[in-house]
Amino acid sequence: MTTQVSLAGALNRALGDALADDPTVLVFGEDVGPLGGVFRVTDGLAERFGEQRVFDTPLAESGIVGTAIGMAMNGLRPVVEMQFDAFAYPAFEQITSHLAKLRNRTRGRVELPVVIRVPYGGGIGGVEHHCDSSEAYYTHTPGLRVVTPGTPDDAYRLLRDSIASPDPVIFLEPKRRYWAKGALSDEPIGFDRALVRRTGRDVTLIAYGPMVATALETAEAAAEEGWDVEVVDLRSLSPFDDETVCASVVKTGRAVVVHEASGFGGYGAEVVARVTERCFHHLHAPVLRVTGFDIPYPPPKLEEHHLPSVDRILDAVARLQWDDEVVGSYRA
Amino acid sequence: MARTRAPERTLLPSDEPLSLLRKDGTPVDDSPLSMPDDDVLVELHRRMVVGRRFDTQATALTKQGRLAVYPSSRGQEACEVGSVLALRPADWLFPTYRDSVALVTRGVDPAETLTLLQGGWHLGYDPYEHRVGPQCTPLATNTLHAVGFAHAARLKGEDTAALVLLGDGATSEGDTHEALNFAGVWQAPVVFLVQNNGYAISVPMSKQNAAPSLAHKGIGYGVPSVLVDGNDVAAVYAVVREALESGGPTLIEALTYRIEAHTNADDATRYRTSDEVAAWLDRDPVDRLEAYLTARGLLDNARRAAVAAEAEEFAASVRAKLNVDVVPSPDDLFEHVYATTPRHLREQAAALREELA
Repeated sequence: MTTQVSLAGALNRALGDALADDPTVLVFGEDVGPLGGVFRVTDGLAERFGEQRVFDTPLAESGIVGTAIGMAMNGLRPVVEMQFDAFAYPAFEQITSHLAKLRNRTRGRVELPVVIRVPYGGGIGGVEHHCDSSEAYYTHTPGLRVVTPGTPDDAYRLLRDSIASPDPVIFLEPKRRYWAKGALSDEPIGFDRALVRRTGRDVTLIAYGPMVATALETAEAAAEEGWDVEVVDLRSLSPFDDETVCASVVKTGRAVVVHEASGFGGYGAEVVARVTERCFHHLHAPVLRVTGFDIPYPPPKLEEHHLPSVDRILDAVARLQWDDEVVGSYRA
Repeated sequence: MARTRAPERTLLPSDEPLSLLRKDGTPVDDSPLSMPDDDVLVELHRRMVVGRRFDTQATALTKQGRLAVYPSSRGQEACEVGSVLALRPADWLFPTYRDSVALVTRGVDPAETLTLLQGGWHLGYDPYEHRVGPQCTPLATNTLHAVGFAHAARLKGEDTAALVLLGDGATSEGDTHEALNFAGVWQAPVVFLVQNNGYAISVPMSKQNAAPSLAHKGIGYGVPSVLVDGNDVAAVYAVVREALESGGPTLIEALTYRIEAHTNADDATRYRTSDEVAAWLDRDPVDRLEAYLTARGLLDNARRAAVAAEAEEFAASVRAKLNVDVVPSPDDLFEHVYATTPRHLREQAAALREELA
């Protein structure tokens, strides 16, 4: 299969295939019907599967998730769309207090196979409330799976896996990569597994979602400066694949975690903590983070300063104590 | 998807609450509601007496330290029992934390009903066994679950309605309004029964709502609305049954009163007068039905004694089931967080076991 598909197109195909394969799958949300979603991810699905299975709802995110919970209790598999990251916040209580907890509260008697699709992150010149990276709110909530694709291939595979999952899934779509193209493959990868996107000997870049492409670009640039960079795409943020990440860091001895979200209390802090706990004696330098600043998401004309760039990641790589003689020592 | 509403169902409630029985138990002559059959009335009486005894027993169990806390529904038996008995076999109930009497009326085991308050686990019963959703502790979130459930039933072609219970305080929550709106747009077969007991813990209706009644909120969502005397079990049964059979959404406000405090941990004397409580004791739902049944010859002393004995027996069984030390296993902590326990939780479970060894 060498046909090139956009990430949005791959998501559309995954939704179409899931609707075709399983009559209990429903797709609903704001503007997902005849319009096909503001990013066209649901394009053509209402026409193909009818208004009973692909439909527009009132504009109310708590209502969308709350009713999805009730539908899942009654045997359906809702796939709902939150139009933008920050617009999902009204649904926070339904997600954290009910969707995430009902299996546990009921000792496994109530299963909620609900997928919440959330276009997230910046880089598209969006105005305020359209560019948040909200992953840490969800990864901090036990009971949720949180996944995010970085390529069209993974967009298809991870969305199919998410819809098939018996657990609720927060499916974070890197909106700046919606139009990136790639080939789809049938190669199976575990739902929970991270993936080494590029192998290298000197340093591991740990990235996910929109930053996977940036990390790969950085690896190319780093090669020109003599660093052989490995790139790990986390794919599943929760549960976290310690095994793949640690195998890489043990091999390279150096790591940088990259994400768009603010650094303080962010997802990268968890990754750094886990890598440090598990790989301490293999590290030649502290694990660094390149993240967005600890500020509210900036306006479009300033976002380029906020988002991790190739140069900023290269700077972090350069700070990984390459000249130290004492391995693992700390230098301010 | 939308269905045509029955023409006689109106969006605005009546000015006065609908009723079938006056507070002295005499029948209302010109009520638009149909009086339930005699056997239903006799059963409503039995379940209210048993339910009230259960409620008293549960409060007593808090004093013995067997329950962490108990929110009583004493005084609200007409709503708790009338609405549940109105459910048809395939219908679902979505209750709140104050609806333990509704749960036992639905047939949920009392020990399973009280598991949450006993503290061994969150939910004791299997929702699918009795068609009862999990008791809702954060207010109004269950309204959306009920709408989604009912809409799914419609999509699946099943004749199932959902009854969601909520209180006056919960009508201020955003989820209630989203749920009414979704129910109106989808014409979902869901009945919202608001038990307006006058107070949200201590906050009175005057600080909760500026509309002429809570039932008036239905018209804004295209949802037919009903105002009913919530201490008249015959009327509650009649309006809930009619709403369940309508095939669409209904908002019912039932005017009632919480005789006890919010929970055993609350002091109601700080926010309401004993005169007010006395006035509502005078409108007691059980006394009212008993007066009617007695006048009709459907309740004699022998029957009354038999029901009282059954209630005592039930209370004794509740005591026996609850007078046990619940010692949940620490391993339970890590179960059912996900369908398959992921590695990090298996590691944490092992660490806890080692710590306890």
